[in-house]
Amino acid sequence: MEALLAQYTSVNLASVRYWYEVAPVHQFPKNGGVCVKYKGMQIAVFYFERKGQWYACQNLCPHKLEMVLSRGLLGDENGVPKVACALHKKTFSLETGENLNGDLPSIATYPVKVQDGKVYIGFKE
Amino acid sequence: MKKKVIVIGNGMVGYKFCEKLVAKAAEQFDITVFGEEPRPAYDRVHLSEYFEKQAEENLILAPQEWYEENGIELCTGELVTAISTRKKTISTHKGNQASYDYLVLATGSSPFVPPIPGVHKNGVFVYRTIEDLDAIIAYGEKMKKGGSFKASVLGGGLLGLEAAKALLDLDMEPSVIEFAPRLMPRQLDEAGAKMLQTTIEGLGIEVLTSKSTTDITGDGRIEEMHFADGESHSTSMLVISAGIRPRDELAREAKIEIGPRGGVQVNDKMQTSAPAVYAIGEVALYQEKIYGLVAPGYDMADICVAQLLQEDKAMEGEIDMSTKLKLIGVDVASFGDAMGELQESRAIVYEDKNKGLYKRINVSLDGQKLLGGILIGDAADYNMLLQMTQLEMPLPPHPEDLILGPRNGEGAAMGGVMDLPDQALICACESVTKGDLIEAIGEKGCETIKGLCKETKASTGCGGCKPMVNDLLRETLKSMGKSVKAHICEHFPYSRRELFDLISIKGIESYDQALDELGHGDGCEQCKPALASIFASLYNETAVKQETIQDTNDRFLANIQRNGTYSIVPRVPGGEITPEKLIAMGKVAQKYDLYTKITGGQRIDMFGAKLNDLPQIWEELIAAGFESGHAYGKALRTVKSCVGSTWCRFGMDESVSFAVELENRYKGIRAPHKLKGGVSGCIRECAEARCKDFGVIATEEGWNLYVCGNGGAKPKHALLLAENIDNATCIKYIDRFLMFYIKTAAPLTRTAAWLEQLEGGIDYLKQVVIQDSLGIAEELEEQMGALVNTYQCEWKQVVDNPELKQRFRHFINSEDSDDNLTFVPLRDQKMPKPW
Ligand code: SRM
Ligand SMILES: Cc1cc2nc3c(=O)[nH]c(=O)nc-3n(C[C@H](O)[C@H](O)[C@H](O)COP(=O)(O)OP(=O)(O)OC[C@H]3O[C@@H](n4cnc5c(N)ncnc54)[C@H](O)[C@@H]3O)c2cc1C
Ligand code: SF4
Ligand code: FES
Repeated sequence: MEALLAQYTSVNLASVRYWYEVAPVHQFPKNGGVCVKYKGMQIAVFYFERKGQWYACQNLCPHKLEMVLSRGLLGDENGVPKVACALHKKTFSLETGENLNGDLPSIATYPVKVQDGKVYIGFKE
Repeated sequence: MKKKVIVIGNGMVGYKFCEKLVAKAAEQFDITVFGEEPRPAYDRVHLSEYFEKQAEENLILAPQEWYEENGIELCTGELVTAISTRKKTISTHKGNQASYDYLVLATGSSPFVPPIPGVHKNGVFVYRTIEDLDAIIAYGEKMKKGGSFKASVLGGGLLGLEAAKALLDLDMEPSVIEFAPRLMPRQLDEAGAKMLQTTIEGLGIEVLTSKSTTDITGDGRIEEMHFADGESHSTSMLVISAGIRPRDELAREAKIEIGPRGGVQVNDKMQTSAPAVYAIGEVALYQEKIYGLVAPGYDMADICVAQLLQEDKAMEGEIDMSTKLKLIGVDVASFGDAMGELQESRAIVYEDKNKGLYKRINVSLDGQKLLGGILIGDAADYNMLLQMTQLEMPLPPHPEDLILGPRNGEGAAMGGVMDLPDQALICACESVTKGDLIEAIGEKGCETIKGLCKETKASTGCGGCKPMVNDLLRETLKSMGKSVKAHICEHFPYSRRELFDLISIKGIESYDQALDELGHGDGCEQCKPALASIFASLYNETAVKQETIQDTNDRFLANIQRNGTYSIVPRVPGGEITPEKLIAMGKVAQKYDLYTKITGGQRIDMFGAKLNDLPQIWEELIAAGFESGHAYGKALRTVKSCVGSTWCRFGMDESVSFAVELENRYKGIRAPHKLKGGVSGCIRECAEARCKDFGVIATEEGWNLYVCGNGGAKPKHALLLAENIDNATCIKYIDRFLMFYIKTAAPLTRTAAWLEQLEGGIDYLKQVVIQDSLGIAEELEEQMGALVNTYQCEWKQVVDNPELKQRFRHFINSEDSDDNLTFVPLRDQKMPKPW
């Protein structure tokens, strides 16, 4: 259980060593999420089409440790972009990973970039 | 220099002390807390919830990090073994020593175990900590496997009854054994206790009174209990709930003054006989009493904090011991001078054995004041009556109205929460007054129930005051000229009803367009599904069209399960199914290794389907003639049927045929909440039609139509809308009724709750639906007709469209399934690995 969580640690833009190419933009649902498989990890990627913003975080919800966040609803709380977990609607800031409606541990977030119509997630390795 | 504070005991009161101290003056103190239990303080009051879901994190009051963030050193799993009041130090079982400037004893109490021979046998438990519950659950499971289901509780007080209900929920057969001649002897009078006993027995709990246990026998483990009257009682386990004993052992050793029957003596400042040592919570003996409730403990914590800050504050002279039993299914409350023993009074009693109601109030001899009372079977007015008692508010001219309700069409006897004075204590657990709440609403701008509770902490304890806080918020906002925020969320400043009309009038067709024209921001998990439902009702678009505004179940057209797999429920109209279809379904379940179960809605659910298998499974089901059952949608679920006149000797009409017709008519229609129907062939009501949003029952002269019922959390029987009508009229009225509901209800409001909020209630609904008082009947029928005629099975849409099928992959960059799934075997099938 702990081991599962320990796989995911936030990466910030400055520490990106490797940009993993996921898929072209048109394959992503608008204003929704998908899940990406990368080195045994599951990463959720969200596309806020209205603002052209992208976010990535662990797919693992810290509440019950299921791989479900990518299937949650997107939105914002007072301007902070967030995802509501598909299972019990715990919400997490996609900027900081913080749990907005409870005291769950934060989720790990990852940088996303779009280049030549393709979507990349930034990892340390 | 910071002063050193040591708190012994990290229970509910010890935690509350920390919370209050850091909120006021974190910077002045170095706080160290020692707790014997292995985890941070948890909500003991709601301990029984642990039986439902063994999730301790739900009970924890604040996680370890909270202590760290607030500079508190928390040592869990560490028992303090000695105090030296002279050296001002303590030492622990790990051999650690620490010195203090102030010492707070919050060691609580332990269950009292009467010295009955055999009481230490296996299978005898107490009920106080999470460990106790773990042991009870494990032992109970073991006994059940061995075929013994009998479990007993020693003590028929508040806690004993709670324990008995918990055992019942564990599927044991509990008996409550009480020494006194009646249940809850300290809170209830004889008649009240009798009524309670009948209700409790109705739940399936045996009650034995006037039983003094003399001996517990059995080979190594408990098997039999023997009583002084010569009778005996066989049982496979026993939970003792016979009172509490303050944990004063440390203080006793340290020569701090202890009461004659235990408990650390404190004065009204929570000071003990030793300098700089305080005692709070269940260990403290104040005015010669121990208080086994959190509210007085929290007050003590408050006084103790004030002491440390050199503020002048003292404990109230009189401590309120009013209580409300929090068993689901049994309303019991006693307040003030419940039995009229403390001063002379006149009792007014109302008893209805038929409904299991017993209400008693004690009124002062001059008829001016309410002194206390007992409520059994219906404790809805507990909060108001308690306030009237505590604040000595004037009584209405006919005090009996307080328990009987006004009987000649006049307004409520009690008035509402707005009639209470500002000092009325609304939340006793957190000492929040009406004035505090009004200030938070008016000056701090708390306009939502969530915000208000967060700001004031009201309702965060036992939660009993939530309805009052709700009323207060609504009424206060109203009086400030702000209508109650019926806004669906921060992104749309409208109610669902307003949005329904606006979207329709402006012809808005997509969520994004609605956000542009009527709202702002990116939306959220509240407004997205609400608008999806409106689009579905207006244009009959399926969930496939705007998939990312759907709740996850609708987005993937299946019900998500606790491990992230899905369940599949094909439609079986009226519960009627051919052998061929049963075989086809069985084959699919077998092929995809799905757990199958007959649902409570007369159809079959197949669980454990992987997201990426859903389209293929449905392709096979559709080929076998199935359609979506919309078990995932706020939509029509099932129209339950009984077999009716086709086979049944009592049947008045063909209930199956009519149920099938109704289910096929309304299938796929989205609504503010789910919809269920039922058709029974006669008044025996085997289809439970009156537990449904619409229910039809055959009579000799036609159908009786009932509306706005539901089972679930707040069961409500449906009310009669029309009598002895034919099939066509019945459909016409259901069309109108459903469409009226769909257009006007708030999000996630079932028909019963909607009717409750509809001014004029069922009579008004009859006028609209039958007499067409609003002149909209035709329009409603047309709108319903349009929905019925444009129905499409959304799974068929997916299966026919390769692009849509792509949405069901678990990974965007791989065809693999979720690799985090683990199943364990269960009775020849499987289930997700438990959390
Ligand atoms: C499968 C089933 C239990 C079973 O194994 O029998 C079931 C399962 C669920 N029910 Fe139910 N209910 C099932 C019959 C019922 C019934 C019995 C009935 O319909 O006659 C009731 C009481 C009747 C009623 O609704 O008035 C019932 C009252 C609820 C409620 C409470 C509704 C209320 O108004 O209080 C919820 C919660 C909600 O909807 O908000 C709920 C919610 C749920 C959810 C959707 C919870 C969830 O979100 O995961 C469960 C989904 C299971 C799944 O994935 O398939 N279920 N549920 C039954 C499916 C019937 C079907 O064929 O569609
Ligand atoms: C099942 C149940 C239901 C209840 N329902 C209600 C209700 O509905 N309403 C209500 O008002 N009250 C209710 N209560 C009572 C309520 O839980 C108590 O009044 C409250 O918990 C008392 O708080 P406390 O901090 O004084 O004691 P506790 O919560 O018992 O905390 C004391 C802590 O101190 C620790 N401790 C003791 N000695 C030492 C030591 N030497 N060193 C270190 N640690 C030590 C103990 O292990 C314990 O963790 C209920 C209790 C139970 C068990
Ligand atoms: S199926 Fe219904 S009653 Fe059973 S656990 Fe789920 S929601 Fe609760
Ligand atoms: S698993 Fe995510 S909120 Fe419960």
